[in-house]
Amino acid sequence: MKYLSEYRDPDVAQQYLDEIHRSVTRPWTIMEVCGGQTHSLVRNGILNLLPKEVNMVHGPGCPVCVTSLSIIDKAIHLAERDNIILCSFGDMMRVPGSSRNLQEAKAAGADVRILYSPLEAVNLAAQNPDKEVVFFAVGFETTAPANALSVLHAKRRGVDNYSILSNHVLVPPAIKAVMDDPECRIQAFLAAGHVCTIMGTSEYHPLVEQYGIPMVVTGFEPLDLLQGILMVVKQLEAGEAKLENQYSRIVRPEGNEAAVNAIQEVFEITDLTWRGLAEIPESGLRVRNEYSKYDAMRKFGINLAPVQENPDCISGQIMKGLAKPHDCPNFGTKCKPEMPLGAPMVSSEGACAAYYHFQTVLEEIAA
Amino acid sequence: MCLAIPGKIKSIRHEYDGQIKMAKISFGGILKDATLDMVPQAEVGDYVLVHVGVAISVVDEEEAKQVFKYLEEIGETDELTESDYVPGQVERGEIRNLLKDE
Repeated sequence: MKYLSEYRDPDVAQQYLDEIHRSVTRPWTIMEVCGGQTHSLVRNGILNLLPKEVNMVHGPGCPVCVTSLSIIDKAIHLAERDNIILCSFGDMMRVPGSSRNLQEAKAAGADVRILYSPLEAVNLAAQNPDKEVVFFAVGFETTAPANALSVLHAKRRGVDNYSILSNHVLVPPAIKAVMDDPECRIQAFLAAGHVCTIMGTSEYHPLVEQYGIPMVVTGFEPLDLLQGILMVVKQLEAGEAKLENQYSRIVRPEGNEAAVNAIQEVFEITDLTWRGLAEIPESGLRVRNEYSKYDAMRKFGINLAPVQENPDCISGQIMKGLAKPHDCPNFGTKCKPEMPLGAPMVSSEGACAAYYHFQTVLEEIAA
Repeated sequence: MCLAIPGKIKSIRHEYDGQIKMAKISFGGILKDATLDMVPQAEVGDYVLVHVGVAISVVDEEEAKQVFKYLEEIGETDELTESDYVPGQVERGEIRNLLKDE
């Protein structure tokens, strides 16, 4: 594990921590939405350093974790077609489908490839004009511009054998879904820095107002997280509910206009089923009609029977902040990174995998 | 896969009648293609935050170096080398030339 002395500036980290300890007078439950932040909080031992009153719960901000079983099955179904090269990010390979994952489909002969970028998939399509190349396009708002641009580049380059299987998710509707759960105990949020780099911060004002909760746009490094938590705690203790921006060195209130334009050009908002959270209204992006020839769902007309999630996986409870990974009876026994029951055990940004990999850090918390 | 990784722009090229702006970016010596479509103001020598092949923000050098160091420590730069994609002949030539420059 890492210790405070290894942080970017240990003295500042200690100051933030001291101030958090000084400021807290009662228990608070704070959700970090972004899986990258979850990973960083666990990995860097921040959960041990916080006062016991500060209860961090881990939100649905891992795109790998919230991609529904039925979409995984559709990706595998496409990969197993003779003429298709199915590509995606490495994280998607081991996410369990209803009978197998993409890695197993590949081992059985399907042409499945790991790519760093959807733009590489467009190049791959240009290199293989006799094949259909499908990019399994998952992600939050941070990744949406890249997937949108892949479609725009394919169009500009005249690459017609390229399409995307899109399962894009949006943060603000997920925050709403978490807050609307009757059992919700969350009192404040750390919003995701890189999502806001693209989208800006204006979408979060209505949530702060509607639910009367503090939100702080926060980066993912240890110092960012400590400062973000301090800013949230100060608001909570003062009875305030404001939108603040800890990550202002990167995030501008207006976001990246060119990126937002690319998203809006290619995608439109749709209802979407999240793994573990059921369908959330207006929480996803689908390819617009004007770009339907780049939409694998329409291009290949996939019809698969609906499938049920594994009932042994409690990822929905975890992503709503109602349970922690070690509350699950299968954590570390029936469910491990090498044989996950549900997606949060797969990705390094999934809460369960983060807890599993850094168990020794967490045991210190329990002690 | 959700984090953006800072890198330095080594060269810029305009493709398809200027409709696509591409760059070779050095991530601590690892060269990758990325598009500058979202940061049209970026120039050679600038540092940019790149997420899955798309530059999303220009950052200053010190910020870029510190963030890169942190991401490398936590293994989040692995995705740069985790790709089955094999560049075509032209791209490979460009990469060799750039490596000579360094």
